Amino acid sequence: MATTTTNRQQAGPRAATAPEPGRPKHSPYPYWFYAPAAVIYGVLFIIPTLLAFYFSLTRWSIFESKFIGFGNYVTFFKEPALVSGLWHTLVYAVITSGAKVVLGMLLAVLLTSQIVARGWLRSVVFFPVLVSTIGVGLTFTVLMNPETGLINDALGAIGIHGPGWLTNPKLALFSVALVDIWKGVGLATLIYIAGIVSIPHEYFEAAKVDGAGSWDSFRRIILPLARPATVTVIILSLIGGLRSFDLIWAMTRGGPGFTSDVIASVIYKQYQAGFYGLSTAGNVVLFLVVTAIIFPLNRFLNRKEVEL
Amino acid sequence: MTTATAPAPPATAAPPIRSHKPRPNYWLSIIAIVVSFVVFVIPFLFILLTALKTRQDAADLSFTWPKQFQFVQNFTAVLQARDYLLIIAYINSIILTVCSVAILVVLASMVAYVLQRRRSRWNGLINFFVLAGLIMPPAVVPTIWVLQKIGLFRTMPGLILVEVAFGMSFCVLLFRAFISSIPKELDEAAIIDGAGSTRLFFRVVFPLLRSVVITVILTQSVAIFNDFVNPLYFLPGDANATLQLTIFNFYSQFTTQYNLLFMDILLITIPPLLMYIFFNRQIVAGMTSGAVKG
Repeated sequence: MATTTTNRQQAGPRAATAPEPGRPKHSPYPYWFYAPAAVIYGVLFIIPTLLAFYFSLTRWSIFESKFIGFGNYVTFFKEPALVSGLWHTLVYAVITSGAKVVLGMLLAVLLTSQIVARGWLRSVVFFPVLVSTIGVGLTFTVLMNPETGLINDALGAIGIHGPGWLTNPKLALFSVALVDIWKGVGLATLIYIAGIVSIPHEYFEAAKVDGAGSWDSFRRIILPLARPATVTVIILSLIGGLRSFDLIWAMTRGGPGFTSDVIASVIYKQYQAGFYGLSTAGNVVLFLVVTAIIFPLNRFLNRKEVEL
Repeated sequence: MTTATAPAPPATAAPPIRSHKPRPNYWLSIIAIVVSFVVFVIPFLFILLTALKTRQDAADLSFTWPKQFQFVQNFTAVLQARDYLLIIAYINSIILTVCSVAILVVLASMVAYVLQRRRSRWNGLINFFVLAGLIMPPAVVPTIWVLQKIGLFRTMPGLILVEVAFGMSFCVLLFRAFISSIPKELDEAAIIDGAGSTRLFFRVVFPLLRSVVITVILTQSVAIFNDFVNPLYFLPGDANATLQLTIFNFYSQFTTQYNLLFMDILLITIPPLLMYIFFNRQIVAGMTSGAVKG
């Protein structure tokens, strides 16, 4: 900032036609550049978000809304199917994000080491990120078919009786999470690769001179210095996990029963059933959950980074 | 760190330094290639093979070579299903993607430019909104209510604007990071040459954003083309269904015709595959830079 102001003062006398150096009336960076984006964003994101807090307190149908106080929230937290949706959301987000951190890190270390066909491996791991979630979900629904699916066929061939991945109520949520990890681990790997590649090579050489093995250089160099990448992966995949809807909807529609329902699918189901107020209350719960997790976590992780 | 013990074993550690480029680990490579093939390639091969099978052949869902190749027949059957709905959906998806991304590129770069260049007391608030847009899930039903009030619910322009609103934050962050690397002196030179603020941006600065524009176009087209949730809520109905929605609806219809289902899935997998083949490097750069800086 300081350098630019001095530059401007130096340029002042030369540019005789330019406005006086005091404070230019017409900034070259006009505020109206914000306007079109602000209108779209304000009308379609900020206003609905604020309205949600009001509408969540109403009994709301297509034509009218009637203020009923916290009735929707009471319903939400009394209904076991809805509360379990909240719980599933947290489990799903933590599992997918944790697995992406660990697997992404391991894959990134592997894919930056000296192995053959590195480029091919990177492409193959990353490609599912770009593919339609619906396509992936439908494909894995077929692959996870308990009787005829490829996964259980393969397990059967080596003598394991495969479970009903999506039909077993205890397993359905985890099976979907597994597919989420399959689809998303490529992005985590890529972020970690970018982090590892930016570590100066001298560190590894110096460590080698000191007699450090590969485990030491992983623990003492890669792990701490790839920390910004870890923060990014955790935050990104937690946000994605808490909001995830399409994969779950494509694979189980929240079933069997309500055993793989998450908040986002509860919101959709209540909306479809015409309970707009209840649906919006679910939406507000989702806001609060996301805010309560992401903002403190972001602050915590970034503060730790400064201390290091 | 253990730098204190550094000088101790110099003699024994000398040889490894000389081997500058160590030999690739062949065993690990073979394991990695086999595992990646099983985990990541076989599902896509399965899609391809099943899409080429006959109906009876596809019914047992096994991973086998097709007994009889039936590409053209499956392909036309899928296209003709429900009065060429898939073609309509393709057109709708392309309109949605192209329009949303074009608007996003222009508007987000304008916001990012002023946000990066001009310090004012609004910056804190705007940065907060940008971050909020990245983190907060959108409020679905109230958005539908607003769209209804302005007469854009169930219309393509409405959905385009929704995609623009929800994608704005990510694009602003990408643009802002890039614009900060363009020297401010350039703006000043253009101003001295008499360029107005609009000309300064669109004629001088915007052309310099080429690489980040490509990044934004690629990442956002993938996201919007693959988007399922927003069309589901904001553009229901078959008349202007998008591709993802159409495929999802085909699923219930084609449960006995897996060859056609997988032909559908193959058809929505091809556009990202082509993009990845042609723009591999830019997509990877965009995804990581956006993620790390965001």
